[in-house]
Amino acid sequence: MFDYEFLRVIWWLILGVLLIGFAVFDGFDFGVAALLKVIGRNDEERRALLETIEPVWEGNQVWFVLGGGAAFAAWPLLYAVSFSGLYIAMFVVLLAFIVRPVGFNFRNKMPGARWRGFWDWALTLSGVVVALVAGVAFGNLFLGVPFRFDEELRMTWQGGFLDLFRPFALLAGVVSLTMLATHGATYAALKADETLAARAARLARLGAIAFLVAYALAGAWLAYRVPGYTVTAIESGASVSNPLFKTVAGSSNWFGSYAIRPLFWLAPAAAALGALGVLALAGRRGMGGFLASSLMIAGTILSAGFALFPFLLPSSLDPRSSLTVWDASSSRTTLAIMLVCVLVFLPLVLAYTAWVYRVLRGRVTLEHVRKSHGMY
Amino acid sequence: MADAAVVDLSRLQFALTALYHFLFVPLTLGLSWMLAIMESVYVMTGREIWKRMVQFWGVLFGINFAMGVATGVTMEFQFGTNWAYYAHYVGDIFGAPLAIEGLMAFFLEATFVGLFFFGWERLSKLQHLICTFLLALGTNLSAVWILIANGWMQHPVGAEFNPDTMRMEITSFRDVIFNPVAQAKFVHTVSAGYVVGAMFVLSISAWYLLRGRNADFAKRSMTVAASFGLAAALSVVVLGDESGYTVSENQKMKLAAIEAMWETEPPPAPFTVFGLPDVAARTTHAAVRVPWALGLIATRSTDTPLPGINDLEQRAEERIADGLIAYDAMLRLRADRSDADARLALRDHAGDLGYALLLKRVIDDPRKATPEDIRKAAASTIPNVPVLFWSFRVMVGLGFFFILLFAYSFWLASKRRLDAHRWYLQLALWSLPLPWLAAELGWIVAEYGRQPWAIEGVLPTALGVSSVSATQVWFSLGGFVLFYTALAVVDAMLMLKYARKGPDGLGMWPPPAAAPAMPLQAASNA
Repeated sequence: MFDYEFLRVIWWLILGVLLIGFAVFDGFDFGVAALLKVIGRNDEERRALLETIEPVWEGNQVWFVLGGGAAFAAWPLLYAVSFSGLYIAMFVVLLAFIVRPVGFNFRNKMPGARWRGFWDWALTLSGVVVALVAGVAFGNLFLGVPFRFDEELRMTWQGGFLDLFRPFALLAGVVSLTMLATHGATYAALKADETLAARAARLARLGAIAFLVAYALAGAWLAYRVPGYTVTAIESGASVSNPLFKTVAGSSNWFGSYAIRPLFWLAPAAAALGALGVLALAGRRGMGGFLASSLMIAGTILSAGFALFPFLLPSSLDPRSSLTVWDASSSRTTLAIMLVCVLVFLPLVLAYTAWVYRVLRGRVTLEHVRKSHGMY
Repeated sequence: MADAAVVDLSRLQFALTALYHFLFVPLTLGLSWMLAIMESVYVMTGREIWKRMVQFWGVLFGINFAMGVATGVTMEFQFGTNWAYYAHYVGDIFGAPLAIEGLMAFFLEATFVGLFFFGWERLSKLQHLICTFLLALGTNLSAVWILIANGWMQHPVGAEFNPDTMRMEITSFRDVIFNPVAQAKFVHTVSAGYVVGAMFVLSISAWYLLRGRNADFAKRSMTVAASFGLAAALSVVVLGDESGYTVSENQKMKLAAIEAMWETEPPPAPFTVFGLPDVAARTTHAAVRVPWALGLIATRSTDTPLPGINDLEQRAEERIADGLIAYDAMLRLRADRSDADARLALRDHAGDLGYALLLKRVIDDPRKATPEDIRKAAASTIPNVPVLFWSFRVMVGLGFFFILLFAYSFWLASKRRLDAHRWYLQLALWSLPLPWLAAELGWIVAEYGRQPWAIEGVLPTALGVSSVSATQVWFSLGGFVLFYTALAVVDAMLMLKYARKGPDGLGMWPPPAAAPAMPLQAASNA
């Protein structure tokens, strides 16, 4: 039906789409949670703020779960190497994902100030931790992570959790944190009570500036200080999914693929344009600010993915072991079957998700929170 | 060969997190349908009390659902964090049902659960009912795909080994989906979930009747629970997944271990109701047997023999010897990818390659295995007989008890005498934890009985682990235990608090005469 090379590129794009879906949809949940105590200054305000995300976070979180499942199905080596190598980082992220559902649901079920204060902190922390660790992990991809395969494709990893916190990776963490916090703020500006919305809009503009600075710095750092890789020999784009069958050499930086494909520059341009859009539109009527921060997220993630292409997970220990689009995928059959599933179900998911957001349209006012709380 | 401590710790962590996750899943499976049933009655009759029932049980559903979602995320990623070689080795097949679960089921369930809670004032009656149905449908579709994945671990069909990629690859997606083991498991597992949901409603309602509270509310709830529970309890026993235990050698071994059936019995085999399995002597003392029963249940025939443990062990020895040919060919191929002889030999014997891998727990280089090593590896294919024997018997005993309890409840409900006997209400109340116990025992039988395999006949569990250190796994295991225990305490506390308050305490029913507009106020100000 489709040739193997084409399927791999498509699945590389789908991985990007899922990551963007996660960052755009679940990202605002994390952003709102991270800013919970900044935007919401008392219990009533926080309840109103939380109620903007409570009806939707569960569906949003599926982007994360699906991202994991899709990586497992389409890029099993990527799934295996990244999550076992980043063992403790992943554990910390999982704890954040565990505390969140419980926090949303349990917080309002008891009246005490200490009880609610505890969950507010837990939610705030979950928002910050996931945004930060995800960014740090992403930053590490550019620096290369310390793994190698033996002949049976059993992976060993030499390095611990704290080794991840290298300067460039931390900067990537700041990019991610400012990006998701800004996004959370534009969402709150759209959905929360007017008084909270005004505060959120100010934060969104601040966040967009911080993002722009961090993103530009990261770009410059990447251009001048971080060496990249190129694949020097591989059978073909349709070659066997075994990373050890290729050879890899170093290159001056990760901008090689931008030089070959100038259209890739649209991605960082979109990220910057999105951030400027937030500056211009946050606090105005309508969805402009939120759409701008969504564009900023999509641009940022694509710009990182494009820079790495065709690498998925470069190895600093043994460059040959690096995972690339051409040698880390599932079989052609599995990619084809899964593509059909995505083409059938993802539009359906987007359609009913859109309907749900339509049903829930409008602001969650303090008045509404004061009057009734519902059964959640 | 991976560190033995890492293997044991990773297994313990997976078992604990899975058993913990499954405290919440079955209630979600069962209660979601019951909410849909109650809401259907509301939409059809327009009686307010049925809406309040949906909302009250919905509050408890929500507390449980949050825990289910929270603990489910761990499961999706644990194959990567702790079972990386497994993920690589079978991801081509095993990953697909997990991804489809997300796309087709979990999105549906998680998106509509939001409207279930927040949509009452924004949707028409019918629209809200549809949301509730989609929530229940999504939850149950989720189980379909998870059990297709799990069924494949028990009976890996539609896949073959590819020596170039050093992993299993899919040959027939159709076979994976229509795996007979997965089908039996799905029916059995969701039915068990329905029993849990029904018991939950039955027990808490019985408590209200014992206290003389919420009588009209409780009786209606019990009527739904009794009928739903009776159907589920019958289905869980009659359609037990024993029918799936005959399709492959490991499944046969599991069945033989469950029955402590050491020798092959002439068909149809008897069912051992009671006995004391003696692993050292390979015999079962004081056995009480029902002739024919096992043969009829497991094979649905009178002439299909069921092999005993000793014969299956013998068979494993043969398969290990055959697997060594494949293993040797694989190594030759690795040295020279163009070795056509080796490729041919591997193709012909690949079905037993996994058996040769069992030797890796015994000896570093399986090619140097002595007959004694092979005997040891074959002996490792026998799971823990006493644990399986007893877990299974307790589970089945409970299954029959559930049928009796729900049948009696159904009879009382149809005679409108649910509050006639205090002893019955007490029994219903104290039976609350039993379906959970049965469900967890079911998983122990299925997964502990699968050992030593992660994927039956393909990949031994010990080879599936990640290359992580024991310290790291200790850290995460300790973290999960602490975290999960704390959450369990909070969850139980909230459940008790809201169950105790009841519809009356929450101001849901009867409706307060003065201010009918805000019946849910109490929930937030409580």
